[in-house]
Amino acid sequence: MKTIQVSTTINGDPVEFICTPDETLLDVLRNRLSLTGAKEGCGTGDCGACSVTVNGRLVCSCLVLGAEAQDAEISTIEGMADGDTLHPLQRAFIEHAALQCGICTPGILVAAKALLEKNPDPTEEELRYWLAGNLCRCTGYDKIIRAVQVAAAEMRGA
Amino acid sequence: MALDAYQKREFKQVGTRPNRPDGVDKVTGRAMYGADVTAPGMLHAKVLRSPHAHARIRSIDTSAAEALPGVKAVVTSADFGVPEDAFLLDVQDHCMAREKALYDGHAVAAVAATSIAAAKAALKLIKVDYEVLPHVTDLDEAMKPGAPVVQAGRAFENVPAGMSENVTHHCEFGHGDLEAGFAKADHVIERSFKTAATHQGYIEPNACLASVTADGKADLWVCTQGQFFYRTLCSAILGMEASQLRVTASEIGGGFGGKTMVYMEPVALALSRKAGRPVKLVLTRDEVFRATGPTVSSSMDIKIGMTKDGRITAAQARLRYSGGAFHCGTVDFGAQAAFAAYDLDAVRSLGWNVMTNRPKESAYRAPGAPLSIYAVESVVDELCQHFGLDPLEVRLKNAADKGTKSSYGPTFDQIGLKATLEAAKAHPHYAAPLGPNQGRGLSCGFWFNFGGNTCVSLSVNTDGTVGVTEGNPDIGGSRASISLMAAEELGIPYDKIRTIVADTSSLGYNDVTDGSRVTFAVGLATIKAARDAIKKMCSRAAKIWGIDEDAVEWVDGAAVPAGPNAGKFPPMTLAEIAAVSAETGGPICGHHEVNADGAGVSFGVHLCDIEVDPETGATKVLRYTVFQDAGKAVHPSYVEGQMQGGAVQGIGWALNEEYIYGADGKLQNPGFLDYRIPVASDLPMIDTVILEIPNPGHPYGVRGVGETGIVPPLAAIANAVSRAVGVRMTELPMSPPKLQKALAEKG
Repeated sequence: MKTIQVSTTINGDPVEFICTPDETLLDVLRNRLSLTGAKEGCGTGDCGACSVTVNGRLVCSCLVLGAEAQDAEISTIEGMADGDTLHPLQRAFIEHAALQCGICTPGILVAAKALLEKNPDPTEEELRYWLAGNLCRCTGYDKIIRAVQVAAAEMRGA
Repeated sequence: MALDAYQKREFKQVGTRPNRPDGVDKVTGRAMYGADVTAPGMLHAKVLRSPHAHARIRSIDTSAAEALPGVKAVVTSADFGVPEDAFLLDVQDHCMAREKALYDGHAVAAVAATSIAAAKAALKLIKVDYEVLPHVTDLDEAMKPGAPVVQAGRAFENVPAGMSENVTHHCEFGHGDLEAGFAKADHVIERSFKTAATHQGYIEPNACLASVTADGKADLWVCTQGQFFYRTLCSAILGMEASQLRVTASEIGGGFGGKTMVYMEPVALALSRKAGRPVKLVLTRDEVFRATGPTVSSSMDIKIGMTKDGRITAAQARLRYSGGAFHCGTVDFGAQAAFAAYDLDAVRSLGWNVMTNRPKESAYRAPGAPLSIYAVESVVDELCQHFGLDPLEVRLKNAADKGTKSSYGPTFDQIGLKATLEAAKAHPHYAAPLGPNQGRGLSCGFWFNFGGNTCVSLSVNTDGTVGVTEGNPDIGGSRASISLMAAEELGIPYDKIRTIVADTSSLGYNDVTDGSRVTFAVGLATIKAARDAIKKMCSRAAKIWGIDEDAVEWVDGAAVPAGPNAGKFPPMTLAEIAAVSAETGGPICGHHEVNADGAGVSFGVHLCDIEVDPETGATKVLRYTVFQDAGKAVHPSYVEGQMQGGAVQGIGWALNEEYIYGADGKLQNPGFLDYRIPVASDLPMIDTVILEIPNPGHPYGVRGVGETGIVPPLAAIANAVSRAVGVRMTELPMSPPKLQKALAEKG
């Protein structure tokens, strides 16, 4: 199959890759760029484990084609920490035991960060509906919701 | 008192909530799961699956697929032997259909190719000649005379004569005179219940990377709950010696029992052996639903008699479970667990396993128990309603306690059931007011818990730090708990310890991460391995001091002379002893190997408030509180996590989740859109109350906590819904259409 050359920016770094026209952004990230932090839980946009942002918009990368990354700004879990300093969300997830197996964690962190950028002080209900597209089977969500609330308060300087 | 018997003690580190050692890897995307690795020269594998629920495989022609450029190997059942052992044959047949495809999605062939696209293209070129056979997916239908026979000749001798050939197994537990017991009752209720099969719903699809070399050595990287058991099964199926197959457990993206069984790993190994190259095989979500996991489906009849003051006089359960197209013993667990919470004079549970054209059942958190206990707790609730009795008081009145002869045989030692019931009774949740269309439900839950084969190595490093090597994949924070117990016993800080999960070539055999066994059994072995190392460190200090080693004891992380007669020496810390170990006899390590008994049964009680929308039939969970006995909560955050996660899985089972089969025998909903697990917006916070009634069988009193939490939600929700709508609900899930129908029939 003919391949396409794509120039994009991932986590602030310029990236060039080739992909086939039917290749998803998730497959490109995982298989061509070794960014395996985004996970494939379903491949149909139902679980959110592959969440990334494209030009600031939260998407399931399994529903985006690699070719659509041309000239875009993509953020993945690998770009969330600043060097060895964890993002407040990442720290809160560890300190408040908001993960068990951890497979949904990258997607939930990316999704939560996208929410807090739009709405720094979400209600519990807003948080629960925003994260309704990210399945977690281990935690029952309780500690996830609490950890995001803690991080949001810290980020607001509250 | 035996060394491993419970010793009351104050804890310095156990019971605190330090950060988990794998936390940073998991929040930065660095943790390596099943599908996250590659190998040089790696091929990609795909599996061809039966589109029929039941079909004889007349022939398979793979020649066109093999000729496709990029295809390096194709395997079918012809590439495997026929194991003599019936269990192993079932495992292998489940991985790759031999004579018949037994369910929709059953693997019939697999391809390894240089790309996923080539592997997919090759699947389309494989010609399978099927003779489609009549199928049966409903277990009650499968029990009828004349039902299609899933597999002939599989019934055990204990199956009563005259039953369908699909009934493979029968069991019976209990004691006392049922007839006399029912005669003493003021009221007897007899009801039938059905529950749908569900899936563990782990978010990480099954994945592995297999590499077999020309000299017969092999490596398998796989997301599994038990690398040693996978080695046993894979090496037996592939005809390899265990020493030649090294299995490494990846980080695991959820298991809940579903990753205790091989599904495609032997196939990946067979492809790698044939192709001479590493092979990666990752299932799609559709394949995960169709060919891995599910629980049993069930059909149950419960009969319970009660006096008007709430004493249960007799109880009987007749349980029919289907574990899919193979023999399955899960109904035994259901029958044993059904009445475990009650102290009864007359009790009987009978069970039958029935084969249907569905995938082979796998364990799911307390396998078998949620169903039978759902049915029993529903009837107990209905009896409470009949007499106008408080459901908590009735449970307290009949509760099993220390010394109770359990319904399945053993006499209980110290158990936490009454304490959890009392805690629920005293909790503000139980007295909170309810609004219209709302209901409150409660249920007891039980799980046996397990110990099992366990092996731990603990090495004291020369810089004063410690490595713990254990053999059980960490599915819920167990590395943190193990490190905490090692730190407690050694008397050094938690962050001086690193616990890792070893591959099968690095440690002795460890049973699967199941039975809520890891914190209990691996914890026990870790404590004893630490004591072994402490003994050696005391001996080194004795050598340095020139005194008898019996005259040295270990206090707060240091060797000290034991009493004034031993001599006067300043304490030698673990770090000081480790630093000079080369001069005192070499490296210092502690080991422990055990087949652990004394796991200590686990009880819990759940309370929930729900509201049913009378128009849509949708149920909203408003408030939920879990009370559970943990023996001793080593890392309370992860104990709470187990309780919350189990509760929410049970809520999904009660309200949404089900395997739906069409008349064609095909699974209708193999995806997360149509098989709906609970999402964040479905739920309230899940409150937790941890009770600590020490387990006499563990040095720190620990009980496993992983499984009990999924048991009570089914009945707790069903009882709440039944009270809210005024109709006894007897089928799970209680999806909106079922509730609408119940409300319409009630009028």
